[in-house]
Amino acid sequence: MLLHEFLEQTIRKRPEAVALICGERRWRYAEIGALVERLAAAMQRRGVQHGERVAIYAENGVETVVGIYAALRCGAVFMPINPLTKKDKLAYLVDDARPVCMLASASLLRVVQEALPANGPLRTCIVSGGAAPAVGAGGPAPEAAVPGTEFVRFETALAEGGTALPVPTIDQDLASILYTSGSTGEPKGVMLTHLNMVTAMQSVRSYLELQDEDMILCALPLAFGYGLYQILMGFACGACVVLERSFAFPVQVLERMQRLHVTVFPGVPSMFAALLGLETLPQYDLASLRLITNAAAALPERQIQELRRLFPQARLFSMYGLTECKRVSYLPPEELERRPQSVGRGMPNQEVWLADAAGRCLPPGSTGELVIRGSHVMRGYWRKPEETAERLKPGPLPGEMVLHTGDIFRMDEEGYLYFVARKDDIIKSQGEKVSPREVENVLCSLDGVQEAAAVGVPDALLGEAVKAILVLKPGYAYTAREIVKHCLAKMESFMAPKYVEFVRDLPRTNTGKIDKKGLR
Amino acid sequence: MNAPASKGTPRPGAADDGSIKHRVRTYLLDNFLMGGAAEDIQDDTSFIDSQILDSTGFLELISFLEETFGFHVEDAEMVPENLDSLRRVEAFVQGKRAAP
Repeated sequence: MLLHEFLEQTIRKRPEAVALICGERRWRYAEIGALVERLAAAMQRRGVQHGERVAIYAENGVETVVGIYAALRCGAVFMPINPLTKKDKLAYLVDDARPVCMLASASLLRVVQEALPANGPLRTCIVSGGAAPAVGAGGPAPEAAVPGTEFVRFETALAEGGTALPVPTIDQDLASILYTSGSTGEPKGVMLTHLNMVTAMQSVRSYLELQDEDMILCALPLAFGYGLYQILMGFACGACVVLERSFAFPVQVLERMQRLHVTVFPGVPSMFAALLGLETLPQYDLASLRLITNAAAALPERQIQELRRLFPQARLFSMYGLTECKRVSYLPPEELERRPQSVGRGMPNQEVWLADAAGRCLPPGSTGELVIRGSHVMRGYWRKPEETAERLKPGPLPGEMVLHTGDIFRMDEEGYLYFVARKDDIIKSQGEKVSPREVENVLCSLDGVQEAAAVGVPDALLGEAVKAILVLKPGYAYTAREIVKHCLAKMESFMAPKYVEFVRDLPRTNTGKIDKKGLR
Repeated sequence: MNAPASKGTPRPGAADDGSIKHRVRTYLLDNFLMGGAAEDIQDDTSFIDSQILDSTGFLELISFLEETFGFHVEDAEMVPENLDSLRRVEAFVQGKRAAP
C-alpha cells in the first residue's frame, strides 16, 4: 500500500469521524479527502508530475496536512521545511531538491521571495493562511514577487475545483525527502520511499496500539519526522489529531488537552520540562491521557519519575530513532522501572545489531555502532553519494543495504540498548540535530571573525545547548548578544548559540585540528 | 525612520505607557531581528504569526518582562492574549502594575 492510501482507506471507513482539529475548527475525514483532491487537481493543472518535489514550508495547520497528501496524490515527493528556516538555508534547500511547487505560509512569504532565484525551478507557490500579515506588512503583493513563479492563494487553488487524475505510483517510489543536519555542514535530504514510510508507520502503530478512538495532541512541527508521523499514523488509524501551532504557550495546550479529552501526547524533553515547570499542572484533569511518548532525545530519569507520578494511568514510551529510518527502538513501559536509561529493544519487523570499527557483528554485552536492517531504511541522501556510502553498506543478503547509524550504543544481555555517544560531533539541541559546521560557517560569515568553533554543552531545558567560541580579528569587538543575534537571523533558533566565549586562540590537537574536547 | 505612531485606541495619558511598547520593541529589535526595522513590528503584529518569536523566544520575552518591570508572570498568564503583540504586552504590563 502507498502512504496516502491509508488515508483513502480511512475516508471510506469513517467519513464522518473527526480527523483534525486546529484551533476552534475541525474537519471530518470526508472533508479532508475533498480538500486533498482539489489541491492535488490544482497542483496537476500547474504541471506537478510523478517524482517531482513539492516543498511544504508552512506552520502546522490544515493547509500543511492537505498539502502533504495532495503532493502524494500527484505521485510527487513532499519535502517539509521547518518554518524557522531562514533565507540562505531555504535557498540552499530549493537549489538542492529543486521543487517545482511550494506550499508556504503567508507569514513566510517575505523569506520565500528573498530566497527564490528568478526563473528558478519553482513554478508555483501556494500561499496559505492569507489572513496573517507578513513581517513588514505592505510588502510586495504575492503576484509581483518572483519572475517565473506563480503565486496563488490556497483558497483560490481550491476554488478552481476538479478532481486529480490517477497517477501510477508504486511503493518503491519516493514519498518524501526529509532534511537533516550533516557533519559536513550541508543539510542532507533523506530519501524515503512509500515502502520505507509505511513500514515505519506500521511498526510504530503496532507497538503503541493506537486506536480509532484516540485523540492525539501534536504540538511538534510537521516538518519534523516525529510530528509528521502523528498525522500519518493518526489518519491511518482513523483517530483524531489535535494539531497545535507550537508549544509556545503550554498552559493553552494543557487546557485543550483537558477540554478535548486527549488520549495520546507525543513530546520531546524540552516540552516535558516546560510542562513539569508549571506550578498549576496538577490542577488539570488529564485522566483521559493513556499514552505519553518521548523521542528525539533521552528523557532525564527525574522527568520520567515526575511524569509517572503525575499521570499514573498513562503508559510512557521512551523511544529512539533517526530520520534515516524513522524509528529503531522503544522501551516497553513495564521496563521503565528496571532500565530507565535504556531506549529499549528493536521494534517489530526489523533487525538491529552492534558492529565494531571493521563492521563485524558484536555479541550482546558489547559496545559498538548500531546497525539497522529493514524495509524502513532510507534509499540514501538526495544527490549525496559519498555521504550515502558512509551510512548505507551492504547487508547479509545480496543487493541489500543496511544502515550504519553513526550512533554508538551498548547492548545488554537481553538486547536492550543504551546510548553512549555519536561517532561524529553532531549536537542534539531541543531534540534536533545541529551540525557544528553549519553553525561555524554562519559565525565565520560575520565580518571580523577569524575562527570559530561550535560545541554542545549540557543544558537542563534543551538537552544540549550550542556554545560558540570565537577568535576575532584585531580591531573587532562584539558582544555575546550581537553574535547570538547574527545567528538568529541566519539559522533556526535551536541552532543558535546560547553561550558565546571570545578567546585569543583555539586549542589544537597534535594534527592541527581544533580540539573540541577542551572547549566544552 | 521614525517609529510608527500607535494606531487605533486613544493614546493613554501617561508617558510611561508609551515607553512599555518602546522598551519591548527595542528589546525585540536588539535581540531577535537582525537588520530588522521598527516598522516590522507594528503595535498589533503577532510575534508568532510573523515568526519574530518561537517557543524559546517567548520564554526569553517573559524573563525580560519580569526583569524589566519587576513582577512575576504566573503560569496562567502565559497566553497569547497577554504576550502576542506589543499592544497586548502593554496592556498586560499595565494590568500587572495596577494589581495590588
